[in-house]
Amino acid sequence: MEEVKEVSRLVQESTAAYRIICEQFGEAVSALDSNDTMPFFEVLESGRWVEIALFMRDHAKLKFNYMACMSGVDYPTEGKVGIVCNFQSLALLNHKLSVKVKCDRAGGCIPSVSRVWHTANWHEREAYDLFGMIFTGHPELKRILCPDDWEGYPLRKDYKVQERYHGIKVPY
Amino acid sequence: MGNSLNAWSEALIGFNLLGLPLGLIVIAVIPLLFIALYSLTYGVYGERKISAFMQDRLGPMEVGKWGILQTIADILKLIQKEDILPTSADRFLFVIGPGILFVGSFLAYAVLPFSPAFIGASLNVGLYYAIGIVALEVVGILAAGWGSNNKWSLYGAVRSVAQIVSYEIPAAIALLCGAMMAGTLDMQQINVLQSGEYGFAHFYLFQSPIAWLPFLIYFIASLAEVNRAPFDIPEAESELVAGYFTEYSGMKFAVIFLAEYGSMFMVSAIISVVFLGGWNSPLPNLGSFALNTWTNGPVWGAFWMISKGFFFIFVQMWLRWTLPRLRVDQLMYLCWKVLTPFAFISFVLTAIWEIYVP
Amino acid sequence: MQELDTVGQGSVRVTRKSDKLVILEKDLATEQMVLAMGPQHPSTHGVLKLECLTDGEVITEAIPCLGYLHRCFEKCCENVDYPAIVPYTDRLDYLSGMNSEFAYALAVEKLLDLEIPRRVEFIRVIVSELNRIASHLVAIGTYGIDLGAFTPFLFCFRDREIILGLLEWASGARMLYNYIWIGGLAYDVPTDFLKRVREFVAYFRPKAVELQNLLTENEIFVKRTHGIGIMPADVAINYGWSGPMLRGSGVKWDLRRNDPYSVYPEIDFKVAVPDGKHSVIGDCLSRHLVRAVEMEESLKIIEQCIDKIPSPEGFNSRSAIPKRIRPKAGEVYSRAENPRGELGFYLESDGKSTKPVRCKARSSCFVNLSAMKDLSKGQLIPDLVAIIGSIDIVLGEVDR
Repeated sequence: MEEVKEVSRLVQESTAAYRIICEQFGEAVSALDSNDTMPFFEVLESGRWVEIALFMRDHAKLKFNYMACMSGVDYPTEGKVGIVCNFQSLALLNHKLSVKVKCDRAGGCIPSVSRVWHTANWHEREAYDLFGMIFTGHPELKRILCPDDWEGYPLRKDYKVQERYHGIKVPY
Repeated sequence: MGNSLNAWSEALIGFNLLGLPLGLIVIAVIPLLFIALYSLTYGVYGERKISAFMQDRLGPMEVGKWGILQTIADILKLIQKEDILPTSADRFLFVIGPGILFVGSFLAYAVLPFSPAFIGASLNVGLYYAIGIVALEVVGILAAGWGSNNKWSLYGAVRSVAQIVSYEIPAAIALLCGAMMAGTLDMQQINVLQSGEYGFAHFYLFQSPIAWLPFLIYFIASLAEVNRAPFDIPEAESELVAGYFTEYSGMKFAVIFLAEYGSMFMVSAIISVVFLGGWNSPLPNLGSFALNTWTNGPVWGAFWMISKGFFFIFVQMWLRWTLPRLRVDQLMYLCWKVLTPFAFISFVLTAIWEIYVP
Repeated sequence: MQELDTVGQGSVRVTRKSDKLVILEKDLATEQMVLAMGPQHPSTHGVLKLECLTDGEVITEAIPCLGYLHRCFEKCCENVDYPAIVPYTDRLDYLSGMNSEFAYALAVEKLLDLEIPRRVEFIRVIVSELNRIASHLVAIGTYGIDLGAFTPFLFCFRDREIILGLLEWASGARMLYNYIWIGGLAYDVPTDFLKRVREFVAYFRPKAVELQNLLTENEIFVKRTHGIGIMPADVAINYGWSGPMLRGSGVKWDLRRNDPYSVYPEIDFKVAVPDGKHSVIGDCLSRHLVRAVEMEESLKIIEQCIDKIPSPEGFNSRSAIPKRIRPKAGEVYSRAENPRGELGFYLESDGKSTKPVRCKARSSCFVNLSAMKDLSKGQLIPDLVAIIGSIDIVLGEVDR
């Protein structure tokens, strides 16, 4: 097998975009994980996430105007939950980059970016619904897919389904 | 002629059996029976078949040959249905609503001349009565919508009242054009005045060059008055679920349904009486082929009257299955800014025509 | 004279006369009404609930409430193997199962770095474009119903029936196909399939025009949709809109073209955007027109695919399917252009298990619907219905 692998366009573009962010924020962001499928970096100081988000959206060479997806993820081994956001500069520069933000499993907070990208509003509600991290500054943080009075956060790895819900037996 | 015209009806009035005014009952019952049969079997069946034809499908095919007994099966089903009365509904209004609706739509049948020899009541203000009595339906719809205590019903009822009351203005003015041409409000007399050996040429639609305008205005307005598409916003199933009859089920629902088909025929009959000669044959006498003479008479009259009514019902169905629905504000725009001014224009023009052109 | 507003009592106009407030006139006290539109409502296309605050016929605010069809897709995915997720993806957007399967298969293949036989790629594109037409037919037909036109709906279903028949012939199911597998297909297409598809294309062209004449050329239809629910392009992007919704706002963005996958780069087709002549860019009519044009473009794509597809000799639709699917550790976000927009799958693999650690479906309807609150402000109830219809939601995908 040949180990000399051409670096794909995706990685090149993402690396270029990452450098700009890294120059601005330095220690607040981690190094770029330049894998082939989804290059991403992590926001280490989650408190600066909104600032980074705004920078990503508005900087002339970044222009990440489109948040394609935001997925909540559970990291039980690190004791954290987090979000993975996939960005693209839609119809402008067309580069992509992914960002991870993590917080503590118990009562952790991530600043909400729903004011930066409207689409984050429902994505954050969904992440809160299924993973239980708090998005500070979110306009209406409540459950979206599960009923409002559901117990627990279903997509956490240690989730145990509740016995009864309004007198109805849940696990069957 | 005037005296012999209503021969059957007058003979029937005098017919008493064991002190019971059996004749009067027959007069009341025959049209009603006809309408009930028509609306329940052929109206509904026709609507389903016509819509199926327009939509490239077969429609009801299972009950009887070509599904001809489908409606009877439906009636049986509706009779057996539980008559649900919502707990929070206003009992009195909820029950009385369909009743008023039903009575309102059938009262006008009294003055419809079904044939030269048959009319329920030959009033000298027949047309006026017919226009007036339609307004009674509004009360029924409002009672049904308000009494249901359902927000969708309320929306339907309020829309309906606004719509029917508004559209009565262009409708009445358009009918007045016909009345002006006839010089009478007696429905039977209007028909008599349109008879002649040239058949359709004597119909008011072809008697004046302006008559098509009130004819069209009345037809459009009548669609709105009977809540048919594209003006079916009071029931607008995709917006208001079923509008004012959302909460109705079983026979009460059937009665509302019946009333709708009843009014459909009623407005169709009125438009054919006023503009298309009612029971007069449209065929002209061609020399020795006296088509007009051959095809006129009490029984032929009933045939023409009902055929013309059915034709307009067909057009109503045709429109319903073709056109989308207007929005509330567009509906009002059409009524007040298009139909009403044009109705006035046609009124003035008809008056001028009647005065200056003999 | 000053205006005092008292909540729920209507406005009261008062004047001040020697330190005394004198009431001049009082409006009729009007109240706002809370109207629950759904979950059982004919035009919410499933079990969406809109909590509307209405002032007469005007909607002051409409808040979508979701979750009535939540079937724990993501939780299920974490408990089954990669190939076993394919049938679940059918149930996301049940009107375009093929496209969902396609998107999912792409995601796992990206994670596995698989090479797919060319014939498989072409068949995938053909069936998913057929499914796109079927899905757009439902969208256009139900949109007609929302606006009160019943007949186009049945015309659409008549033609959709043929597509479903074709797809049933290929896969054995009418809606939930389980046809596109990771690395291949369940079966090759039947012998005469491509011929029949070509026949369908020839049959459907004039029917699409007829449908257009019935709806788009109808004055009432145009009046009901023209200039209603306008969404400017930048806001649409910010809301994460995709697919026909985004193109309706005038953004020329189609993943088949801008982030090409499968054999789309070899195929010539047009990305439909409204020209602004017939409609206001970004309104309901634009979105409807985009869907109508897209159907015709799909026909073109299908025709080109049939021309280019390699012969079935020596072809095994399952040849590239790995015996055991256990991707190396990593993450992928892969997306495909669904009839309703961008369907993305975020997959995370730990490299040890045959089950994904995390599988998130980024559903286009969910994102498109999130703009509902903004779109519905100040609209009439009939317009609200028109807007929901133009978003073309499938609740199976919204709630997952």
